[in-house]
Amino acid sequence: MSLTLFDKIWSAHLVLPREQGPSLLYIDRHIVHEGSFHAFNALRARNMSLRHPEQVFGVPDHYVPTDARSAKEAANPEIANMIVQFDRNMQWGHVPHFDLADERQGIVHVVGPEQGITLPGMTVVCSDSHTSTHGALGAIAFGIGQSESMHVMATQTLWQTKPKVMRIWVDGQLQAGVTAKDIILAIIAKIGAAGAVGHAIEYAGAAIESLSMDGRLTICNMSIEAGARLGSIAPDDVVFEYLHGKPQSPTGSNWDKALAHWRTLRSDPDARFDREVVLDANSLKPMVTWGTSPDAAGPIDGVVPDPAALTDHASRAGTQAALDYMGLIPGTALKDISIDRVFIGSCTNSRLSDLREAANILRGKKVKVPGIVVPGSGLVKRDAQAEGLDRVFIEAGLEWRSPGCSMCAAMNGDAGSPGERIASTSNRNFVGRQGPGVRTHLMSPAMVAAAAVTGKLTDVRELV
Amino acid sequence: MSEDNQVFEPLTRVSARAAMLPGPNMDTDQIIPARFLKKDRAKGYGQYLFFDARFDERETPRLVHPLNAAIPPKILVVEDNFGCGSSREGAVYALADFGIRVIIGTTFGDIFHNNCFKNGVLPIRLSAKEHQALSTSLVQPRDISIDLSAQTVDWGTGQASFAIDAFWKECLTKGLDELSLTLSYHADIDQFEKRYRASYPWLAPTN
Repeated sequence: MSLTLFDKIWSAHLVLPREQGPSLLYIDRHIVHEGSFHAFNALRARNMSLRHPEQVFGVPDHYVPTDARSAKEAANPEIANMIVQFDRNMQWGHVPHFDLADERQGIVHVVGPEQGITLPGMTVVCSDSHTSTHGALGAIAFGIGQSESMHVMATQTLWQTKPKVMRIWVDGQLQAGVTAKDIILAIIAKIGAAGAVGHAIEYAGAAIESLSMDGRLTICNMSIEAGARLGSIAPDDVVFEYLHGKPQSPTGSNWDKALAHWRTLRSDPDARFDREVVLDANSLKPMVTWGTSPDAAGPIDGVVPDPAALTDHASRAGTQAALDYMGLIPGTALKDISIDRVFIGSCTNSRLSDLREAANILRGKKVKVPGIVVPGSGLVKRDAQAEGLDRVFIEAGLEWRSPGCSMCAAMNGDAGSPGERIASTSNRNFVGRQGPGVRTHLMSPAMVAAAAVTGKLTDVRELV
Repeated sequence: MSEDNQVFEPLTRVSARAAMLPGPNMDTDQIIPARFLKKDRAKGYGQYLFFDARFDERETPRLVHPLNAAIPPKILVVEDNFGCGSSREGAVYALADFGIRVIIGTTFGDIFHNNCFKNGVLPIRLSAKEHQALSTSLVQPRDISIDLSAQTVDWGTGQASFAIDAFWKECLTKGLDELSLTLSYHADIDQFEKRYRASYPWLAPTN
């Protein structure tokens, strides 16, 4: 029988397969952050402990300050307590972890791949919806709630209903100035924020295969923004070279055995998918969002859409509400929208190649608006500094910070002010996401850098 | 499943006030803004539900918001893709602590949908047509009935049946989450793990 990549990994993890309803699935890796306190409290309330603490990994990211490296320097005592409480839970559960002072600390979805914690063929969960990121290594990786997190701690398993599988085939090659972020924003705009609900996505095609590891992580990261349960890419030499020598990657004969298995992790040529979507990379342009849902996106040379032109009442009302919140007038050229601030960071776009992309635009220029650059991990920060990228950002007029989720989740105190308009490399433009009343436009690191230089949304291709 | 581990009030029939909560793609950031996620659950999360929509800048209740009605709803009728976005279970804690037992929509965010069952909240998916008929009948909030055992929604002028996995139905009916069931399978998990580790020796963590 022909199988998809997803089927192969799913079936290898079935403890109790069921035809109807949820099956019991074995979980290889469970990653936790500060939000896990609910799960730890629930576990303690039931007088239970972790079945396999060595299969759990913890790192604080959501609440950590990016201008300091200790809990006591957090934005306020309540936020500081989240970090302190996390350390206590890690100790209580004997969970391997990096604390805030560790150079390897960073955003869970940057650190996991970077340390070789996530490997091809694994099931990986974390109580964060962007866990889909790890699928770029050829894993089944998905976000879970706190109750599910507690269940994994107790049993190393989860009851999961098998999703349908959708293949998104991206043909062709990206033009200069167009990036992985533009591919995923175009996919979400095409299929909608609920377009992949109930599905696991497999991204494939020439444009996906030619992406670097960092670009693939960006694509899989935003799978959830199309409603997908997860997104994966069949692992190839790009992945194997990336993983070779990572701290927790297999070594010696185990590496050889692993590699032989990993090479089988791809959809069979005649595998059937529940749904297929095709996109042409050749015609893609840099994308920006204009609304309050990630599917409200279009090419930078477009205009703000007119709700009156929509026939469906609910979409018309929804689009009007989004434009009211965003303070935008229908028909306005996207390139005429002025911004107040920029943010470069998040689990979507804070890796070394993202920072290089932004720095290439900013080198030798001055920004017109303030902003922060937040590397995804301490190791990304170290490598970026070794290349002098920190100097490029600082000389351009941006702040160079320390790793964390920062202004993507706006939980640590890094946030915009009401009414401010932000060009952001993050993943969500929801109402209030970057602070109450803040207006977010999502785009690639190069596009954010271009916006910083001109003070308005800009086609980066005009700056290079 | 053993019944000595009840984690929420069993849900069988709900006849209660229902209200429309309009807006497609209602993300969990709207259901509970991020700043409340560090709060202690023991004090209840109901007060934070839809906080930025329910209250103005001075934290005065906006009277037009459906959740601020004199009779608070226990049933919400919502639009497409409700609960999308962040995996925060705080969104379901807020709904459950506010007293919401049933949410009726067309599609839900997958993680949110799973989180509902763990907290005694029943998410019901209706077809677009049924959803439209129900919404039309709810121009003003009023009482409707949900029968979980019969899997029906009855709003007086109309009725619809809904699908639910037997597994989650049993959990809701008994007020249980699935942990006690899983623990009863510990021998299967042990056996699986032994076999699995022999097949994939490189997966043993090295830290």
